[in-house]
Amino acid sequence: MTDPQALGVAGPAAEVSHPTEGARRGGPDRPRSLASDAWHDLRRRPLFLVSMTLIVVLLVLAAFPGLFTSADPNAGLLARSRQPPSAQAWFGYDLLGRDVYARTVYGTRVSIIVGLLATTFTVLIGATMGILAGFYGGWVDGMLSRVADVFFGLPFVLGAIVVLSTFRESVGGAAGITTLVVLTMSALSWPVAMRIMRSAAIAARQQDYVRAARGLGASPFRVIWRHMLPNCLAPVLVYATIALGAFIGAEATLSFLGIGLRDPVVSWGVMISEARDYIRVSPYLLAFPAAFLAVTVLAFVMLGDAVREAFDPKGR
Amino acid sequence: MGRYVLRRMLQLVPVFIGATFLIYVLVWALPGDPFAAKCGDRPCPDAYITAMRERFNLDDSVFVQYGKYLLGLLQGDFGETFSGIQVSELIANAYPVTLKLALVALVIEAVIGLTAGVVTGLRPGGYLDNLVLVSTLFLIAIPVFVTGFVLQVTLGLRWGIIDPTVSAQADFSELIVPGFVLGSLSMAYVTRLARTSISENRRSDYVRTAVAKGLRPRRVVGVHLLRNSAIPVITFLGVDLGALMGGAIVTEGIFNIRGIGGLVYRSILTKEGATVTGVVVLLVIVYLLMNLLVDVLYAVLDPRIRYD
Repeated sequence: MTDPQALGVAGPAAEVSHPTEGARRGGPDRPRSLASDAWHDLRRRPLFLVSMTLIVVLLVLAAFPGLFTSADPNAGLLARSRQPPSAQAWFGYDLLGRDVYARTVYGTRVSIIVGLLATTFTVLIGATMGILAGFYGGWVDGMLSRVADVFFGLPFVLGAIVVLSTFRESVGGAAGITTLVVLTMSALSWPVAMRIMRSAAIAARQQDYVRAARGLGASPFRVIWRHMLPNCLAPVLVYATIALGAFIGAEATLSFLGIGLRDPVVSWGVMISEARDYIRVSPYLLAFPAAFLAVTVLAFVMLGDAVREAFDPKGR
Repeated sequence: MGRYVLRRMLQLVPVFIGATFLIYVLVWALPGDPFAAKCGDRPCPDAYITAMRERFNLDDSVFVQYGKYLLGLLQGDFGETFSGIQVSELIANAYPVTLKLALVALVIEAVIGLTAGVVTGLRPGGYLDNLVLVSTLFLIAIPVFVTGFVLQVTLGLRWGIIDPTVSAQADFSELIVPGFVLGSLSMAYVTRLARTSISENRRSDYVRTAVAKGLRPRRVVGVHLLRNSAIPVITFLGVDLGALMGGAIVTEGIFNIRGIGGLVYRSILTKEGATVTGVVVLLVIVYLLMNLLVDVLYAVLDPRIRYD
């Protein structure tokens, strides 16, 4: 998955209909809330269980890479350059004689952190703009929507290449370049989150509980924060889960093009981009990081799918 | 309808200006000397730099620069590169190839995606449905460049079925595999969209009526069901054409296709600002117009939707 913008167009998350419909279909004895209803439903889905298991394993890999390998991911020894997989190194050695298994394990952390941060920023910016546009309507909505259109109109890969190649000379260090990649991906993707939030907020604004709150004299901030936000969050969170996988794939694509992360940062994208010139002679250099990447993206997309179906009353 | 189109066109104007201005500023107005390595190992002579800065309006403020660029653009002038080649000429050479690639990708994803979506949507929960669902998940999860490399190495190098790279003419037959790679992600979306909308519409009243009238199943599905279920798919395909062209960089790089993706990538590396802005502006125009076209098509396809 290389283009997170496509998500909004395909709109799997946008199909989530209004949450209150779900609340009415609660259990027989006492009405369950939408969240606990969804949770009840989720626990029995094999898709959810499989993806959660995968994600937990990946999170452990990211948090404690030292548990799984004792090799140093950056220790190179040219004597063992491009040695195929063996008992010592399960995934073989790369061009500089570094242990591919250790690098794959350590790469999990960067890839997941980049995905998490990019998703957080995207959702924060998009949800704030979207709920403001949906709540106030009128010229605020018109202006914010046009701003979102501007960013939405830029093709993702192309926009990211332009932004990254402009700024990457001026930021230094591993942390700087990682921040830049995260911010670039969020800057180009927030319109999708905004559109989802906006349509949820427009639907919520017409609901009786919002009118009641306004009629009782609640301030706009209180109406948004206490009444609208909890009811509009579900579709955005579903989008966020799928987008998380998309961002991990996007980071790999950008690194692959040579403008994302780079050495000494260890990430799957960096490994794949280093492997691409040797793919004909040493395909395992590409295969292992690519497989980890695909499994991670798959896990998050499956989780998003399962959550979406659980929150969607039409699917029951 | 006419008023709606007009209003949408007017809304496009600020979006177009905003997006092109953003790109222009990113490419031109940021620090970094575009003439740093233009004269080999020596620094460029002052006279050259003065002349070039004059020619590319680099001494004006960024707003004036952008205004001049936009004025030229409205007259069909995309500017020229530092070596004096017309950007429009470069684009005219590269654009047809990318357009061809995007169209091939679009056809492949529409045909395969719709077929798979219709077949699974009619029989949800079956073996085939699960198989297709799992394969769409895999298509979504595997990055395009991995699909590209794997197909290139296996089909092109190991088995020798296709040429690993595409020739300069870029015939349609050569573009099938690259088109498949480019369209693979969207194919998964098309399949899922078609499946959802077929399985939702399958229970609707007009389908029941059509069956009750005694129409053959082929006609019910092919005419009544498909026409109504195709609307979200067509919306997606229309918007996707713009996205495919913008996203073709990776595919073009792998298969060595000489399209605008490669052009813009090379221009970014050599800091040819005029080419970068030209290509991105063109893609933004295509993207915005496709969006508009899709919205208008929406009303044509589904008479229940009325604007104004």
